[in-house]
Amino acid sequence: MPPNAPRSRTALFVTCLNDTLFPGTGRAAVTLLRRLGVEVDFPPGQSCCGQMHFNTGYRRETARLARHFVDTFGGYEEIVVPSASCAGMPAESYPLAAVGDPGLAREVAELAPRTYELTEYLTDRLGVEDVGAHFPHRVTYHPTCHSLRATRLGDRPHRLLRAVDGIDYVELPAAEECCGFGGTFSVKNPAVSGAMNGDKARHVLETGASVLAAVDNSCLMNIGGRLTKDGHPVRTLHLVEILARTAQDGPLPGLPVVEAAR
Amino acid sequence: MSRSFLGWPAFPEAAAREVGNRQLRENVRRATHTIRGKRAVLAAERPDWEQLRDSAAAIKDRVLAGLEGYLLQVEEKVTAAGGTVHWARDAAEANRIVTDLVRATGEREIVKVKSMLTEEIGLDAALEAAGINARETDLAATIVQLGDDLPSHVVVPALHRNRSEIRDIFAREMGRHGRPAPEGLTDDPAELAEAARLHLREKFLGAKVAVSGANFVVAETGTLVVVESEGNGRMCLTLADTLISVVGIEKTVPRWQDLEVLLQLLARNATGERMAPYTSTWTGTVDGDGPRDFHLVLVDNGRTRALADPVGRQALRCIRCGACMNTCPVYERTGGHAYGSVYPGPIGAILNPLLRGLDDPQTASLPYASTLCGACNEVCPVRIRFTDVLLDLRAQVADGGRHPVERVALNTVGAAMQRPLLWKAAVKGAGLLGPLLPARTPVPGWTDNRALPDVPGESFRTWWKRNEGERA
Repeated sequence: MPPNAPRSRTALFVTCLNDTLFPGTGRAAVTLLRRLGVEVDFPPGQSCCGQMHFNTGYRRETARLARHFVDTFGGYEEIVVPSASCAGMPAESYPLAAVGDPGLAREVAELAPRTYELTEYLTDRLGVEDVGAHFPHRVTYHPTCHSLRATRLGDRPHRLLRAVDGIDYVELPAAEECCGFGGTFSVKNPAVSGAMNGDKARHVLETGASVLAAVDNSCLMNIGGRLTKDGHPVRTLHLVEILARTAQDGPLPGLPVVEAAR
Repeated sequence: MSRSFLGWPAFPEAAAREVGNRQLRENVRRATHTIRGKRAVLAAERPDWEQLRDSAAAIKDRVLAGLEGYLLQVEEKVTAAGGTVHWARDAAEANRIVTDLVRATGEREIVKVKSMLTEEIGLDAALEAAGINARETDLAATIVQLGDDLPSHVVVPALHRNRSEIRDIFAREMGRHGRPAPEGLTDDPAELAEAARLHLREKFLGAKVAVSGANFVVAETGTLVVVESEGNGRMCLTLADTLISVVGIEKTVPRWQDLEVLLQLLARNATGERMAPYTSTWTGTVDGDGPRDFHLVLVDNGRTRALADPVGRQALRCIRCGACMNTCPVYERTGGHAYGSVYPGPIGAILNPLLRGLDDPQTASLPYASTLCGACNEVCPVRIRFTDVLLDLRAQVADGGRHPVERVALNTVGAAMQRPLLWKAAVKGAGLLGPLLPARTPVPGWTDNRALPDVPGESFRTWWKRNEGERA
C-alpha cells in the first residue's frame, strides 16, 4: 500500500489466541473477507482484548488494554473479530472496566457499535448467507456461550453453515450447554470443567461428525483437547475456516468425504 | 447430631469430591433437567413473561431502596395484629431469640415448616443444644434431616437423593424419631409419600409450637406468606398454639398487589407449575382460630452488608425459586453441597460472599465457581445479572490480594500486550519456542483430561507481514 493511500475501512482484530495458536483462523478470515470484496487491514499494534484479565477480576489491567484497543482500532470504520467472546468485550465489558475514566468510556461507547463478530458481519453487514463455500464433510456446530449470550448470534452461524455447498450438517445434542472452559475456570476448577467437557465431547461423538465447528477457538481448544486426549480423530475448526474453502480447494485432506446431503 | 457447613473446604476441593460421585451426578442431572423442562414450557406460554420479570425486579428494587421504612411498617402492622416482632442482627441472636421463645412455652418437641433461613442460621442445631427437638415436616427437608444430611437445593433440598436412597433412610431412621416406616417399604413414590405422611401426622397433631420461615412479608398489612407443595406447612401454621416465623429482612414486599407478580413467577420458576398447590397467608392472631401466640423474628445476618454493595445488592431480589441452579451446568455436575452453604448454584456463588464477606477462602472461592456462561441470567425471575455480580466479586477478591502470583502474571502479560514491539516479540518467541517444547507440556489442572494444541511455527502476524509486507 502506498504511504499516502487512504486507510482501509475494515480492520481485522485477529485476537491474541488466534494470532499465536490458531493463525489458520486469521488467514481464513482474510481469504473469505477478500473474496467477498472487503478490503481488510491488520493493524500490527493489536494484542489482546483483555478478556482473561477482566474475567479473572483485574479491572485496572482491563482498562489499560481497553485503552490500547481503542488507540489501535479507533481510526477504522469497522472492526471484524473471528471470536464471539472477544468481539463482545467492547460492548459488554469495557464500559465496566472504564468506570471512573469518562474519556475512555466515551471512546469505548463510540467504538463498540463498530465492532462485529465475524458471522454477524457476514450476515448483517454484508448481507450474505451463501458465501460460496464448499466443504464436503460431516460437520456439527457448538454454539459457544458468548456467541449465545454476549454477542447474541442466534442462528446466524447455522444459516451460514447450511448454505455451504456439499456439507453434511448435523445438530449437536445439548448444543447450548457450556463446554466448561470458562477461561481460568478450567484451571481453577479442573474437576468440574473436566466433567462438563467430557459430556460435551460425548455429544460431539454422538453426531458422527468428523468436524466440530464453533466461532471461538478457546472453546474448541477445550473440547478438541479432550477429544484428542481420548484418541478420537474429530477435527475442530473455526467456522470461518469452513466458510473460506471453495470447490477449487477440494475436500480438506485427511477428512472423510460425504455425498452431498443438502 | 446435625451436620453443618462449618469448616467446609473451598469450592474446587469440595466440587472435585462431588463430581466423582456418579450416582449423585445422575440424580442431580435427572432432577434439574425435569424441572428445567417444565419451567421452559410454562415460561413460554406467557406472552407477558418478560414484563413479569421486569415488574418483579422493579418491586424488589423498590423494597431494597426503602427497606428501613417498609420494615418499620411491618413491625407496626404485625404488632397491631397481635403479634410480637423481634430483631436479630446475626445468626446467634436469631437462634437465641427463637430458643428463648420456645423455652418459655415449656415445649421440647416442636415442628418446622421448610425454611432456608433457619438452615442458614443453623437453628435446628441451636435448638438441639438447648434440648429442644425440632422436626422438619416438608418431605424433602424430612429426608435431609432423617439422613443427617445437608440441603442440596433451595426448593428441593433432597434433590441429590434418589428413591432407593430415600427408602433406606426412611427404613433406618424413622423409628428413632417417632413412627417407624412400614414393614417392607419399597421405593415406590406413593409408598414413600404414605410412610412420610403417617410419620409426620403424629408430629403435627402433637406439636404445640411451630417454627416457619416466609416467602414474603407484606408491609401494608403485616401479612406473612408461605408457598409450598404438600400442605405440611399449612398444618404447622394452623395447628400450633405458638407460631414463630423467622424471616430475612429482604423478604418484605410493599403491597398485596405485588404478590400477583411474584407468586406467578415463583411457582412457574420453582417447580414448573402454574400455581403452587398451597399458598398460606397469616396476619397476627385471631381469637379461636390458629396460633394464639405469634412471633416474627426479622433477621439481618449479613443482608445489610449485601445491601451496601452497589453491584451485589441485586442478589437480595432473590425469591429462592432455584431456577438458576436448575439451569447451571456447574451445579448440575456438583450438586449443592460443593458450595458449602444452604444457598448453592449461581445464587449461592454470589449471595454467600455478599452475606459473609470475602475474608475466608471458602467464600472467596465461590465467585470463581462459574464459567460465566450466563444461562442463569436468562432464567432469573427477578433479573439478577449473575455474571455482573460474579465479575464484580472477582474484582474484589483480586483487589484484596488473595491471588498474588496470578496478579503478577496477568500484570506482566498485560504490560507486554500494551507495548506493540514487546508483544510482537512475545508472539514471535512463542512461535519459535513452540516446536521446541516437549510435546503436550503439562499444565496443572488443564492437561489432566485435555491435550494442548500444538504451537504453530508461524503466528498470524508473521504470515501477514510475509504476505502483505511484500504486497505493500
